[in-house]
Amino acid sequence: MSAKQQLRILVPVKRVVDFQIKPRVNKTLTGIETSGIKFSINPFDDIAVEEAIRIKEKNKSLVESTHAVSIGSAKAQDILRNCLAKGIDTCSLIDSVGKENIEPLAIAKILKAVVEKKGSNLVLMGKQAIDDDCNNTGQMLAGLLNWPQATNAAKVEFLDNGRVQVTREIDDGEEVIEASLPMVITTDLRLNTPRYVGLPKLMKAKKKPIEKLDIAKDFPEINIEPQLKIVSMEEPKTKSPGVKLNSVDELIEKLKEVKAI
Amino acid sequence: ASTLAFIESSKDGSVSRSSLSLLAAAQKLSNPITAVITGSKAEKTAEALKSSYSCSNLEKLVIFEDSKLDTCLPEQLTPLLVKLLKGGDYSHFVVSNSSVGKSVLPRVGALLDVQPVCEVTVIKDPKTFIRPIYAGNIISTIECQAEKKLLIIRASAFPPIAEGSMDSVTIEKRTDIPPCDLNVTWVKTILTKSERPELTSAQNVVTGGRALKDKETFEKLLSPLADVLHAAIGATRASVDNGLCDNSLQIGQTGKVVAPNLYIAIGVSGAVQHLAGMKDSKVIVAINNDPDAPIFNVADYGLQGDLYKIVPELTEKLGKYK
Repeated sequence: MSAKQQLRILVPVKRVVDFQIKPRVNKTLTGIETSGIKFSINPFDDIAVEEAIRIKEKNKSLVESTHAVSIGSAKAQDILRNCLAKGIDTCSLIDSVGKENIEPLAIAKILKAVVEKKGSNLVLMGKQAIDDDCNNTGQMLAGLLNWPQATNAAKVEFLDNGRVQVTREIDDGEEVIEASLPMVITTDLRLNTPRYVGLPKLMKAKKKPIEKLDIAKDFPEINIEPQLKIVSMEEPKTKSPGVKLNSVDELIEKLKEVKAI
Repeated sequence: ASTLAFIESSKDGSVSRSSLSLLAAAQKLSNPITAVITGSKAEKTAEALKSSYSCSNLEKLVIFEDSKLDTCLPEQLTPLLVKLLKGGDYSHFVVSNSSVGKSVLPRVGALLDVQPVCEVTVIKDPKTFIRPIYAGNIISTIECQAEKKLLIIRASAFPPIAEGSMDSVTIEKRTDIPPCDLNVTWVKTILTKSERPELTSAQNVVTGGRALKDKETFEKLLSPLADVLHAAIGATRASVDNGLCDNSLQIGQTGKVVAPNLYIAIGVSGAVQHLAGMKDSKVIVAINNDPDAPIFNVADYGLQGDLYKIVPELTEKLGKYK
């Protein structure tokens, strides 16, 4: 038989300002205005959730468990319920109890503790959160665990010899790498298209339990104080509105004027 | 204080364009700079850097010439970089926001217990940095007090260092590469072939949006225009998703970030995620048949009308002008 290892997949998910919302800076210029704004699962994490479910659906005997975890406000319950409704087995919410702006490094340390507690051997997560746009946590988690990493995954395959082959999106094309479990994979846009989940499944998921933890009580050894200080946040200066032109000739004249051609 | 900069080589051994921008950014830290170069072409790259460019403060090139570092696997580079950073008295470590830089630096940061500052677009002083967040909708100023500061530099925000030569720069060859104990292998790299200039460093960029309908139209309309302008071709997420062109052309929050002299957006609506990747371009031209397309709000010059008439006319007239 194959040397395939049973997968215990962990999917970290983050609740972020919905991608369609244009965020505004708050009055103290230290963060963004969050009241009355729509939040959603980070789109790249949604792709990771979808991938975990597809791996499970494709090869039931390969997957022992799928677990989603979110670190943040108690409101992240909503996105976790969504994960359950889509087909993730279990989930936990690690409440940051009012602490905002926890940096990727602290998140990676908490996730390492979760991986160890759950015995996970595959972490699937978004390559980047669309709020802080850091693109850090997966690489950091892999580093802390001393596991192989495959960032920006466009394709994930489980080979018969037990190895995992990942096609990664890189600057000028694609790169294929192979590693043995355990490993961390971060997901890019074209890995899959996340499914839509209907109301009946969502209603059913409401009855499922969510494990609730508290950063301070359950992870007391991890320092979540930020290392970086946010001095200020501002909205970029809007460019003065451009000129609408009426013809190609006019455009060429203008481009000559500003020496763009 | 001193800065360590991670330099990448192109396939032919020349210094990668993003590394030239990285060195320009490193100069702004006003520290003596040491550059580290790895891989089987490291010496060639070091010589090329020394004889063809000018970077004030660059004092030393440390090279690790070893073919097992050619694939730049973060699992292999990390132990080496961590060793250099722990052993040296570097106050700053900088990498560019290339695929390699982005995969390796956070891993190094975790092992040094330092939170990096990512996608730095402005260096205000050696501890204060500006970076865009929320797809560039918010600009954040960050102060880093860490003893070792780790920075991922957004290459498009820093013009590359000038040509010249640096006679006093020393080259130090080293072989003390720590072993990698992880079972990970590079299988292959599939490069997207293109005769055109590289997207992130091109002087001119012509971008096609979803309005171009199909692959054939995309090619037929954009290629001749890109040819006369010696431009790179870019795309929006929508045009990539609709199969009009290759993934690697995507410009935006999660694609490439470009800042060319001239950016011509054709049939691009202007979603915030796309704007995040191009709004720092010097001159932006939008050509779209929808008068309400948000792209017109960031364009310096807008031309509303039929793409299939405007673009060929523009191509023809630009061709004559040139």
